Amino acid sequence: MKRFIQQTRAVNVVKRFTCGELVELLTAYLDDALDPPEREGVHAHLAGCEGCSRYLEQFRATIVALGDPPPEKLPADLRKRLMSAFRERRRS
Amino acid sequence: MGSFAGGELPSDDVIVPALRAGDEAMFAALLDTWSRGMLRVARSYVPTDHSAEEVVQDTWLAVIGGIDDFEGRSSVKTWIFRILVNTAKKRGVRERRTLPWSAVKDDGGTIAGQSLDLVPPGGWQDPPAAWPTPEKEVLASEVRGLIGEVLARLPPRQRIVITLRDVEGCTSDEVCEILKISAANQRVLLHRARVAVRGWLADYFEFARQPD
Repeated sequence: MKRFIQQTRAVNVVKRFTCGELVELLTAYLDDALDPPEREGVHAHLAGCEGCSRYLEQFRATIVALGDPPPEKLPADLRKRLMSAFRERRRS
Repeated sequence: MGSFAGGELPSDDVIVPALRAGDEAMFAALLDTWSRGMLRVARSYVPTDHSAEEVVQDTWLAVIGGIDDFEGRSSVKTWIFRILVNTAKKRGVRERRTLPWSAVKDDGGTIAGQSLDLVPPGGWQDPPAAWPTPEKEVLASEVRGLIGEVLARLPPRQRIVITLRDVEGCTSDEVCEILKISAANQRVLLHRARVAVRGWLADYFEFARQPD
């Protein structure tokens, strides 16, 4: 993970990010893996940047779309074979 | 009767004794809940549907044979997916002669078409264009199909991580345990993969938006 220069003022520590840096942090942000100054920095940046806000929105939409894959099924004959293998095991 | 299909599986303290006691409904519930995801993950390693099905079959056979020895040091789910990944890896190496996981160097890198998203130092010159709203159902089904293709184009490690996390809904802890990778590495792979998939979707929407 990249290191960013921290603001020196002790009050209200908020990290400042460029758009490029912000985009790189989004997965950590969504995983809630940023420290509080970083998270605040992300919020502050997003509040004033339409491009990054839209990017985040699309990043989220991408994750939602990924979680809705086409249906998939174990072929019936394979399922049957596995069920009988399970049954067999108890007899041995 | 006794099926958990469509519902939540019970906890491991219920699953493990049931399997040991030969509870067929429980085994069927696990088969029906996890096999789909297992097929998708297996496909990240092996070249054909047939091989993926065999990987899933061999995994379940190993589970049937190993449940009595399961020590509960991980969850049943991560245990099963770990067997799956090891089985798939061996088979993938044999069939596709791909490099083993540990030797794949593409972890943090980008591939063709993947670096288009990098924002220039001065910020967005051309901010991301709006995407169509999800109400357009035709588009949604097209996107589903597209995502399958897009996943297949990702470097293997990125594909495996994003499949486990975003397609199958595993937590990052589960993914780290299944793949034996660090949290930081997991996050880099996931992020690269998401950036690539978003980029490909953006290209698609831009193209789809063109007037007929």
